[in-house]
Amino acid sequence: MPEQLVFAMEVFLNGLMAGVLYALVALGFVLIYKASGIFNFAQGVMALFAAMTLVGIQNGQVPFSHLINAMFGAHVTHFGWNIPSVVSLLLTVGVMILLAWCIQRFVFRHLVGQEPIILFMATIGLAYFLEGFADLMWGSEIKTLDFCLAGSACLPQGINVAIDEATYNLFGYGFFIDNLDITATVVAILLVIALVAFSQYTKHGRAMRAVADDHQAALSVGISLNFIWVLVWSVAGFVALVAGIMWGAKSGVQFSLSLIALKALPVLMLGGFTSIPGAIVGGLIIGVGEKLFEFWVGPLVGGATENWFAYVLALVFLVFRPQGLFGEKIIERV
Amino acid sequence: MNAQAESYVTDDGRTIGPTVMEMKNITLRFGGVKAITDISFDIREGEIRAIIGPNGAGKSSMLNVISGFYVPQEGEVWYKGKKRPPMKPYQVAQQGIARTFQNIALFEGMTVLDNVMTGRIRQMQSGLFSQALWKGKAEKEEVANREQVEKIIDFLEIQHIRKTPVGRLPYGLKKRVELARALAAEPSILLLDEPMAGMNVEEKEDMSRFILDVNDEFGTTIALIEHDMGVVMDLSDRVVVMDYGKKIGDGTPDEVRNNQDVIDAYLGVAHD
Repeated sequence: MPEQLVFAMEVFLNGLMAGVLYALVALGFVLIYKASGIFNFAQGVMALFAAMTLVGIQNGQVPFSHLINAMFGAHVTHFGWNIPSVVSLLLTVGVMILLAWCIQRFVFRHLVGQEPIILFMATIGLAYFLEGFADLMWGSEIKTLDFCLAGSACLPQGINVAIDEATYNLFGYGFFIDNLDITATVVAILLVIALVAFSQYTKHGRAMRAVADDHQAALSVGISLNFIWVLVWSVAGFVALVAGIMWGAKSGVQFSLSLIALKALPVLMLGGFTSIPGAIVGGLIIGVGEKLFEFWVGPLVGGATENWFAYVLALVFLVFRPQGLFGEKIIERV
Repeated sequence: MNAQAESYVTDDGRTIGPTVMEMKNITLRFGGVKAITDISFDIREGEIRAIIGPNGAGKSSMLNVISGFYVPQEGEVWYKGKKRPPMKPYQVAQQGIARTFQNIALFEGMTVLDNVMTGRIRQMQSGLFSQALWKGKAEKEEVANREQVEKIIDFLEIQHIRKTPVGRLPYGLKKRVELARALAAEPSILLLDEPMAGMNVEEKEDMSRFILDVNDEFGTTIALIEHDMGVVMDLSDRVVVMDYGKKIGDGTPDEVRNNQDVIDAYLGVAHD
């Protein structure tokens, strides 16, 4: 097999893995957009906030320690204990549900029936608030995220030796595939299966779809809109947590994490704002596309194509297929 | 004045029970406009109760008061012998009052089966957690409810479109699916807002037959709104007639038909 093609295969695989991470963020957008018509600009910050909360709880950090120290002249930073990852995860899920409730109760409940642009502006405000709040609560330094299920079963890091060896024997060239990326892929697949099963085969999943479809009809069969919206924000918070864990484990928990939300935008334009499979496929296309583009075209134009490729691709889609690959076609009847 | 009259048997052998819902002196205003003025009437168990009147008479407003979408400024709603406090529409639905809409409010993106299943939300009690795990009670519940829903789908003869997304269905079938969803809730009162609006003669006959069958088979109490007098007179046990937000007649179809105010409202009256 020609060497170029083997390299391209490796790039392709790595692109798929990167795409999974984009898809994870995009998924959170789709969930909220479908159920409430809100384009949630704060999804990336929610991932950041979730990851910071997880790390903070794990390390026994005192929340708002800077504030406490400044106000009372104390010098507390840590409780001095470490909490197991699984317990921290459950606590963080609790925090995300609480956050979902607060968002619904204090922001969107007062904006029911408003224009989409106003709801969107509210989520921008929410994004900035949450970013500042996360800073205040957990501090702004970069933290490493080590997530361990039990004892030594941690999120794996580094090269996958088995794939490296297998491909070396096959092509005479060992592929470099990160174990963490493989884990993220498996987790993403499980998450999507769980979400689809929940929305298709349970009462509340059905109620979520019902609310997304028609508010009045949902009310008439006895569905509380407020409850469903809190539920949707909670689920989106959970997806943000998963995305935050994966990104955080990959590149450290830091504030640039909230910028991955921007990469989710072209993913959504490709996949369509209303489609869960669309978010996945869109993420994969962007991931593979930008890696292959960088591999083939990058050297010709001086590299760094990964920064803009996704947006240009999205632009092309906006011109030729504005509803995305899987989005619902918008037909206005006259 | 809570008229808990004795039950009686109709000519065609159905038993009409005591009062299940009573509207007392309902007045509804939108700003300065009175949509409903001081209306009282009752709905008895097992009967088909019609609210009729010309366009703009306040019929739909009345239905929205019953189903909790509007809260009247004055008056009381009594349900199953208790005064109903102000409620959200979804709470009214959970109490067992199901409804359909004049302009059809279905979940267009969902299949017929899923649409009808949403109607059973009231019957499904399992918690969020067990549903997320899809275990034990949640699973049994889903299966049991599914059986009930299939029965209703059979009954309304929409088996052939069970898996079709509702958005693709023609108008008449949508109306039937909406009826199925309301029926799936096993409601104490079924409210139908112009069930025959926009239908051709054949569809109207089908719908009339289904309404009668539902009432006959399940003993469902039905309150319906129509402005087409002819259809209503054949269907209903008792009729309330509204005009300009006021009640101008109440009684059996025959009584109403011979009421001078009703005749004037429908045929117009010469002002001299």
